[in-house]
Amino acid sequence: MSAGIAGGWQSNALALRGRLMMRLRGRGGDDEKRLPRTRQAVLQALCVFIAFTVLFPIMWVFSLALDPRALPRPEGLNLIPPGASLRSFIEVIQHPTSNPIDFLGLAKNSFILAISTALFSVAIGVSAAYAFSRLQFRGRQILMLGILAVLMLPPVVTIVPLYLQFNQIRLEDVPIFGDVNLRRSLAGVALAVISGLLPFAIWNLKGYLDTIPKELEEAAAVDGATRNQAFRSVILPLAVPALAVTAFLGFIAGWTEYYFSVIFLSGKVDSYTLAIALNLMVGQFATQTPWSHFAAFAILFAAPVSIVYLFLQKYIVSGLAVGGVKG
Amino acid sequence: MRNLMPSRDSRTAYMYLAPALLIMAVITFYPLIFQVYISFTDFTSANIQPDSPPAAWVATQNYERILQGRLGLPNFDFVRIVLFNLWWALSNVVVHVILGVGIAILLNTRGLRFKGIYRALFILPVVIPPIIVATVWQHMFDRDNGAINEALKLVGILFKVPPESFNIYWLQQVQDPIPFLPLPLAYFALLAANTWLGWPLNSVVATGALQSIPRELYEAAEMDGAGPLQKFRNVTYIFLRPAMIPYAIYGFVITFNLFYLTYFMTGGGPFGRTELLVTQAYTLVYSYQLYGVAAAFGVFMFFILLAITVFFNRLTKATASYTD
Repeated sequence: MSAGIAGGWQSNALALRGRLMMRLRGRGGDDEKRLPRTRQAVLQALCVFIAFTVLFPIMWVFSLALDPRALPRPEGLNLIPPGASLRSFIEVIQHPTSNPIDFLGLAKNSFILAISTALFSVAIGVSAAYAFSRLQFRGRQILMLGILAVLMLPPVVTIVPLYLQFNQIRLEDVPIFGDVNLRRSLAGVALAVISGLLPFAIWNLKGYLDTIPKELEEAAAVDGATRNQAFRSVILPLAVPALAVTAFLGFIAGWTEYYFSVIFLSGKVDSYTLAIALNLMVGQFATQTPWSHFAAFAILFAAPVSIVYLFLQKYIVSGLAVGGVKG
Repeated sequence: MRNLMPSRDSRTAYMYLAPALLIMAVITFYPLIFQVYISFTDFTSANIQPDSPPAAWVATQNYERILQGRLGLPNFDFVRIVLFNLWWALSNVVVHVILGVGIAILLNTRGLRFKGIYRALFILPVVIPPIIVATVWQHMFDRDNGAINEALKLVGILFKVPPESFNIYWLQQVQDPIPFLPLPLAYFALLAANTWLGWPLNSVVATGALQSIPRELYEAAEMDGAGPLQKFRNVTYIFLRPAMIPYAIYGFVITFNLFYLTYFMTGGGPFGRTELLVTQAYTLVYSYQLYGVAAAFGVFMFFILLAITVFFNRLTKATASYTD
């Protein structure tokens, strides 16, 4: 019963949002006013120039990656280098670095890190965000301040304690895994990432939940829904876009995680991630890598998250504007 | 919401909070306390194994050594890092906001064609992971084969400038490009790269604010005989300000802690002059394994960021009451 009613409000809220979107679009739509031709031309030239500056590094990386000569360094600027081929892509997929792990292995580790940190921080974060957004309780102010303070800290700051703490946790003769040192494992890196990501997820989701009208829950309560029922059947469904965006941002954090991975997993080749391989290719202690290999690797590394980001971009930007700025 | 089961509210709240609080207690709050403890010891790689001797208590020595620059590291100067870091964040945000707003206004021109295409292209820097952006720009500014020098050589041909004059050591040149400004060339290269990365989001935020301005206001201003500059000052600026100020603050904090560009492009060089707090903190652990010193450094960073947050909090409160 209550679920059905909740569904009703949900569609109401969605309809409201739809009308709002239509109004916003309608405003931008009446662009019929003609610009004088010279002005149009000058502004177009300016826009094309800006577009060129934006596209220049991106096009350059693609042209580097297509260079078939595997030169240690490229020669001149060529949009499409002579004899362009995908050989560099194939080579970095097979042997990204001199370590015995291929691109798929690296990507698998990055994916495990990304998906576990994303799902974990959102699943744990959303109920805390709900409490901060909706409930009055003792200690609320202090806890919020504590989370804000942590949020402010860049992850670099907590490397030392997490490294030393996780380094103490060692298990011997675990079935399948053998001897385990939490620090030298993907699980350890994931926990380190979550330590910074969870406060972000809570804050970001709270910002979104604050925008869901309280009346929806109050109406559910009038109809006899408990707090938990209201949370599950009113709030959670409405929060799906914010949950997806927060999870995706967490996914990017895990997918590209650098600070902890490089230090924690040093020497543990079978747990190497894409970011560690990138660091081996072009970081401060890197050996000579052909630029075409670097470029191909960078494209393969960035493409999955960049493409998804492009599709979600509208929601992410508005979500960040709500969550990031409201604090 | 108090009328909804008020007596059980606190209990319910902690039920909802329990999972997050338990986990944060172990992997977020406890490590921070542990960090403060470590910062008073001389913890190094010799103390790292579970069976190795415990690190000695050195009281506030790590803090003193950081402040006095007595770490035995090349080019370490704490005050210089803090000042440069503040300037880095401030100068970036100013450039990003001006460009972002300017381009948003450009794209908001009525009757401009292909707006959709430009908006779609201009968002590209936002969607690329920063670590990739950083490593690509590291190559862009390479002296011998980087795209910047190569492009300058091509432009140079048009103006009959010999290509040799564009063998520029963007990231390593020791001599400052502008005599009266104590900033290395690498700073300007970093600024250019971060501007590429930073202005588009500012532009998105500004576009949102611009589109919320009722057109009637401009028409009314026109009827009162306002020129373009007056229309900007009296209409556009008033609407942009409340949207841009919080975003500029957010951008300041993000840029202040921006690790990848500096770490991959200059590594803090030349002579540590582009070093930021985040990159220095990382090098203390990664390159020197000075855990005790790095922990103290982290504590300093915490207080610096706290001061920045409090400062901006005051600032926004002041401006909020001004605009209300």
